[in-house]
Amino acid sequence: MNIPKEWEGFNLGKWSNDEIDVRDFIQNNYTPYTGDDAFLEGPTEDTTKLWQEIMELSKKERENGGVLDADTKIVSQVNSHEAGYIDKKLEKIVGLQTDKPFKRALMPFGGIKMAEQALNMYGYQIDPEVKEIFVKYRKTHNDGVFDAYTSEMRRARTAHILTGLPDTYGRGRIIGDYRRVALYGVDYLIRKKEEDKAILDGEMTDDKIRAREEIAEQIKALKALKEMAGKYGYDISKPAKNAQEAIQFLYFGYLGAVKDQNGAAMSIGRNSTFLDIYIERDLKNGTLTEKEAQELIDQFVMKLRIVKFMRIQSYNELFSGDPTWVTESIGGMGVDGRTLVTKNSFRILHTLVNLGPAPEPNLTVLWSKNLPENFKKFCAKISIDTSSIQYESDDLMRPEMGDDYAIACCVSCMRVGKDMQFFGARANLAKCLLYAINGGVDELAKDKVTGKPLQVAPKFAPILGDGKLDYDEVMDKFDTMMTWLAGLYVNTLNLIHYMHDKYSYEALEMALHDTEVRRFFATGIAGLSCCVDSLSAIKYANVYPIRNEYGIVTDYRIEGDYPKYGNNDDRVDEIAVWIVKTFMKKIRGHHTYRNSVPTMSILTITSNVVYGKNTGSTPDGRKAGQPLAPGANPMHGRDENGALASLESVRKLPYEYARDGISNTFSITPNSLGKDE
Amino acid sequence: MQGYVHSLESFGTVDGPGIRFVVFLQGCPLRCKYCHNPDTWTYGRGKLYESQEIFDLAMKYKHYFSKGGGITLTGGEPLLQMDFSIELLKKFKDAGVHTAVDTSGYMFDKENKASVEKHLELCRYIDLFLLDIKHISSQKHKELTGVPNEHTLDFARFLDEQGKKMWIRYVLVPGWTDDEKDIRGLRAFLDTLGNVDKVEVLPYHTMGVPKYQKLGIAYPLEGVPTPTKEQVALARKILRGDR
Repeated sequence: MNIPKEWEGFNLGKWSNDEIDVRDFIQNNYTPYTGDDAFLEGPTEDTTKLWQEIMELSKKERENGGVLDADTKIVSQVNSHEAGYIDKKLEKIVGLQTDKPFKRALMPFGGIKMAEQALNMYGYQIDPEVKEIFVKYRKTHNDGVFDAYTSEMRRARTAHILTGLPDTYGRGRIIGDYRRVALYGVDYLIRKKEEDKAILDGEMTDDKIRAREEIAEQIKALKALKEMAGKYGYDISKPAKNAQEAIQFLYFGYLGAVKDQNGAAMSIGRNSTFLDIYIERDLKNGTLTEKEAQELIDQFVMKLRIVKFMRIQSYNELFSGDPTWVTESIGGMGVDGRTLVTKNSFRILHTLVNLGPAPEPNLTVLWSKNLPENFKKFCAKISIDTSSIQYESDDLMRPEMGDDYAIACCVSCMRVGKDMQFFGARANLAKCLLYAINGGVDELAKDKVTGKPLQVAPKFAPILGDGKLDYDEVMDKFDTMMTWLAGLYVNTLNLIHYMHDKYSYEALEMALHDTEVRRFFATGIAGLSCCVDSLSAIKYANVYPIRNEYGIVTDYRIEGDYPKYGNNDDRVDEIAVWIVKTFMKKIRGHHTYRNSVPTMSILTITSNVVYGKNTGSTPDGRKAGQPLAPGANPMHGRDENGALASLESVRKLPYEYARDGISNTFSITPNSLGKDE
Repeated sequence: MQGYVHSLESFGTVDGPGIRFVVFLQGCPLRCKYCHNPDTWTYGRGKLYESQEIFDLAMKYKHYFSKGGGITLTGGEPLLQMDFSIELLKKFKDAGVHTAVDTSGYMFDKENKASVEKHLELCRYIDLFLLDIKHISSQKHKELTGVPNEHTLDFARFLDEQGKKMWIRYVLVPGWTDDEKDIRGLRAFLDTLGNVDKVEVLPYHTMGVPKYQKLGIAYPLEGVPTPTKEQVALARKILRGDR
C-alpha cells in the first residue's frame, strides 16, 4: 500500500503495515524525556481569554442551580447537533457536546425515566414527542433490565446489598482508542472493520450474528463521526497531518463517545506521549513553537474540563459532585525499560498551572520507581501546588497489562483498544455479614406488603439466641451467604450487560477497539474494612447480639478490644485477605456474560457514605447509618500506628484477586511529610 | 525487659532524618507549658511492651528506613526509662538501624557517677541526639518547664565531649522564648559546642489543646498566639548562626 503523506517523518513498522497498532507506532517514534520542566511555557493570551469565558459560564451555571441549559428535544448521538463554539476565534481545538457550551445533552437510551427526571429536577420539560418515542416505540436499557429482573434481584437492589448497579444509567468505563482516529484516519478504520466483518461468514451462530450487527453499528458510528467533524470543517477520513490535527482528531473521537454515551466514567486513555510524537515532528520541522504546543494542550484540556452530563441530583450526591472521570493516564515505563515520559507528559500536567487546578480531566500519573527523577520532582511540585494529580502503581500493573494500558474511572486498568469492561458496581459485604447473622433478612429494609423485615436471600438458618457470637459459626454462615451473594451478583450483572449491549451499545467506543476484544467482568465490593473488623471483633472480643421486636439482630454489644484492620496486624489483616480471595473465587465459579474475564475492585471513593446509610449496625461497633470506609481503607480513626501501618494493611490485599483495582483514600497535610526549612 | 509506651508511629517524618518509626515512651519529669503531648506525662500509664515486641513491630518497616531513615525514641522523656531505652536501642543498633533519641537531657546528672555511666552506655547505641533546649536562662527554663536547665546544658557539653552528633530543637513561644537576647544567648552557648549538626526552630502550635480538655487540665498558655512567619524566620536566622 501507499504510505500516506501524513506519515512522513515517522519511523514505519508493524503499525503502518496494514495493521492497527498504536502501541507499535509509539514505540517506534517517541522520544523519552529525562530533563526538567524549564522548557514549559505559560498560557497564550487566547487561552487565558477563552478560559475566562469558560469560568464566566461556570459561574452562571452555579448561579442557575447547577445546570445552565439543557436540550429537551434532540436525542444526543455522535452527529446529532450542529457545530458549537465557546468563542470560535479563540479556539484552537473545537467541538462541543451540543450546539452551545454548557448545554447538556438529552441521552435517553440508558433510560427515559432517568433522563426525564433529571430535566424536571432542573426545571426543564422533556419534549412530548421524544418521550412518546422512547416510551412507546423505542425500548431503553432500563426497560430491558427491569423486564428481565427476577424478584430476588429486585429485592437485593431495594435492600442495597447490590448497589449502584448500572441498570438505570450508562455503564461507562469503556475507553475507545481515540488515538486511532488521528493516526489512521477514519476511512482506514472503516476498511479494517469491513474486513473483520467479512471474515464472520458461514454458519450463523448467535455470537456471529451479534458480532456482524455490532460491527455494522461500529461502521455507522465511524461514518457519523466523519460527518460530525465535517460540521466543524475538518476532514478526518485521512490521518492527521500535524500536531494540531492530531489533537483535534483525537478529541473528535472522544467527543463522539461522550455524545453517544452518558457513562458513569468516560475516561480518555493514554494520549500525551502519543501526541508528543506529533508535537516533536512539528517542532523539528519548525512549524510549531513550544508556546503553540502548550496552547494546543491547554485548549484540549479545557475541552475535557467542560464535559458534562444531565444527571439526577441523587446521582451527584452519591459521587459528591458531578464527576465524569475523564481519566488521562500519563507516564509510566515501557516494557523495554525506557520511560514513557515525554515532554508532553509535562505539558499536560502543566495545564494545572496554566489553567489552575481542577478535578477533571483526572490526570493520573502511572508511577514507577524508575521514572526519571526530574519528572518525579515535577509531579511532586504540581501535587503540592494543586493537589490535582492521581497516582497509580505502574510497577504493579505493567507486568500483566504491558505498557499501553490506561485507567478507566479511578483504578480500572485496560489495554487501550484491546480490552473493555462490563462495569459491575459493587456488592456490600458488610451487609452480607449481617445477612449471615440474620438468615438473609435485611436489618433495615421492610417488606412493602407486610411491613415486616424484608427476606432478601433465601431463608438460611440465622444465628439463634442472645449468647456471645461464635466465630466459627458466623464464619460458616458468612461463607454460605457469600456464595449466595456472588451467584446473585454475577447473574444480575449478566442480565444488565446483556441489555446494555442490546439497547445502549457503545458503537463508537467499540469501533475504536480491536474487533476481537478482551472483556472484563468487573465486579466490586464495598464495606471491606467494616466486615473485617466485625469478624475480628467476633473472634477476639466478646460480641453479643441485640434483637428487635421481630427477633432480627439490629445492634451489638461488644466487650473487650480486638485487633483492627489498618494497623499492620496479621491477626486481622489475614481476615481481609481471606474475604477478598474467597469472594473472588466464588465470583469466578459462575458463567459470565460473553465469556468475560471476572475481576474485582475495592474502590468506592465517595459512595461509601451512602452505602453506610443503608447498612445497619455492625459487630465492630459501627452504628446503623454511619459511613463505611472508602475502598480498601481502614475504618475511620481505627488505624492507630500511623500511615505506614495503615498502608501496609492495605498492601496485603492480593492484587491477583482484585485485578480491577484497589483504592485507598489517603489525605495528608504537607507538614506531616516532613519539615520544609 | 518491659517499658511503658504511649504510642507508636509508623510514618514519622519530623523527628530526625528520613522516614522513621517513632516510639513515644510514657512519662516525663518536665511540665512544659506548651507541651502538646500532656497525655505522655504520667509514668506508669500507657501500654507495657517487651523491648523485643517493639523491635519486631518496627522492623516490619525496615524497607522504609533504607533511604536515610531509622527509629526515634521520644515521649514523654524516653530516658526516664533508661534501661529499657538502652536495651531497645542496642537491638536496633545491632540490626544496623539508624537510631535517634529526642530528649530534654534532664536525666543527666554530671555529679552522679551512675547517671554518667548510664549515659555513656547509651551513647554507644545512638547515632543522633535530638536535644531540646527549652530556654537558655535557667530561671526562665524553670518557669516554663518546672525544672532548671543545668542538666540539659551539661548534657550538651557531655555529648560534645563524647563526639556525639546532635540536633538542637528550640520551641518558639511568643512571650516566652522569643526574646531576641535569649535566642542570641542560646546561639552563644551553641558556639561553644563542636558537634551541633543542625538547629531546628519549632513554632509553637495549639494542636495539643484538645488533649488538655480531654484530660481536664487547664491549658497553661491560653491566649498565647502562635509565632508569625517573621518571628520564626528571625529565630532561625539567629540560631543557625548567620548573624
